[in-house]
Amino acid sequence: MTPDTPTDLDVVLSSRARLARNVAGIPFVHRTTDDQRRLVMTRVTHALDAAATDVEPLDWIDLESTSSLDRRVLYERHLISRPHADATGPRGVAVASDAAMSVMVNEEDHVRMHAIAPGLSIHDCFARVRRLDEAMEPHVGWAWHHQWGYQSACPTNVGTGVRFSTMLHLPALRLTRELDKVRQAAKDLHLAVRGYYGEGSESSGSFFQVSNQITLGNSEDELLDVFLTSIMPGIINYERAARQALLKRDRTTIADRVLRDLAVLRNAQLVKADEAMRRLSMIRLGICIDLISDVKLQTVNTLFHEIQAGHLQQTAGTSLTQDESRAARATLLRQRLGTS
Amino acid sequence: MKCDQCNRPAVVHQVIISNGTHREIHLCEIHAAEAGVPNPGKQPINKLMAKVSQPVQTAVMPTCPTCDTTLTHIRKSSLFGCPDCYDAFAQATRLIIESVQGGADQHVGRNPQNIATDNTSRYESKRLVEELDRAVRAEQYERAAKIKAKLAMLAEQRPLEDKSDDS
Ligand SMILES: [Zn+2]
Ligand SMILES: [Zn+2]
Repeated sequence: MTPDTPTDLDVVLSSRARLARNVAGIPFVHRTTDDQRRLVMTRVTHALDAAATDVEPLDWIDLESTSSLDRRVLYERHLISRPHADATGPRGVAVASDAAMSVMVNEEDHVRMHAIAPGLSIHDCFARVRRLDEAMEPHVGWAWHHQWGYQSACPTNVGTGVRFSTMLHLPALRLTRELDKVRQAAKDLHLAVRGYYGEGSESSGSFFQVSNQITLGNSEDELLDVFLTSIMPGIINYERAARQALLKRDRTTIADRVLRDLAVLRNAQLVKADEAMRRLSMIRLGICIDLISDVKLQTVNTLFHEIQAGHLQQTAGTSLTQDESRAARATLLRQRLGTS
Repeated sequence: MKCDQCNRPAVVHQVIISNGTHREIHLCEIHAAEAGVPNPGKQPINKLMAKVSQPVQTAVMPTCPTCDTTLTHIRKSSLFGCPDCYDAFAQATRLIIESVQGGADQHVGRNPQNIATDNTSRYESKRLVEELDRAVRAEQYERAAKIKAKLAMLAEQRPLEDKSDDS
């Protein structure tokens, strides 16, 4: 499938669609024995194999026999969740060849499949997981209830089991101290808002994951429509207006900040993860409002993953001390952001 | 007054006298359901009193027959034990789900019955139309021709499916 040209890249870092499913006739994951978990894995991998001909083949990774470093890298790339990486016992993940779709097996639910894509592109993400789900269903048989729909361990996921989310970059709203308004408005609309982007995102404070909380009582398409038409444009335009206001009010101050952050990362020799996230966030803002022209947006987007500790260790091919990790991060940042 | 087992307001108040001792019980909706007092708000008071005045046996904690999960466990963990828990604790299930789903109490949308038949082909053709559009826009005419052929095949299949439904 050719992805749509992603839109709204200035504010929306990425989009995600997720489906929660459970195999009929087997207790939910937290009440299963190891043997039952293996049975889930057998049933699901069988269905994935059968679906491969209809949709796309996925690579199976048995997490029980995967090193903790590799699990960490999978987590940093958003292919598995933190609990899934840290858990023990029979569990796994199937990953698409472009690493933009994965199927977690034996996480909180037997199956959690999600697709991710850059920019505002939830339609594409959802189409992809829906096709996989439809191709798998006849081969596995999901737990389903005539009243409550697709059954899930957690009541917050019943019905459609669908969760749409966007990772938003809202640095101007943070600078103008208007984020609390966004948070409140989102809550009123039954949205979950989390500051989340790997290590260091809490202190950088400019990344927000927004997702629907209600999964029952509306069809998948209705939920998606509400999310895309009545929620996203408001937040995106709010951030854009805040960016323009910043520029108008004091262009020199904002230019000074973003160019200073760029200068630091182009020269620093030791960089902590949260410092890198904070400065990259400002650099990203600088690119989007045309104050920085010699760094590509994509370069910064990729760096958000690459500067995480697991990725640095994987690149180094060895475990790193804290100082070594900071030095490796600084080197990577100088290389990627360097003027050439 | 608060529920004996959590911080919710108590809606059921019972005085139990058994073996000469006197005990008061105050429960919220969820814990009342768990203890087997159905629909506390609607229950006539005399019926409630009749129940109260009977010596109660040691309360048997209701458990899911399939997975042995108790309602207390579900409440504490906010997780069902298995698909059968939904019906094993039907009343509590409704309260729990409605409270986190903005009051919704009926699934709408995809279900396993309709995807296997009509929806799949309808969805597939919708998807193909979108894909065709993209192929044309990207000037990938060879790919566009292949997609067109697939669409034609789907259109041919559909009337056949409809006929078999009638018979
Ligand atoms: Zn209670
Ligand atoms: Zn159960």
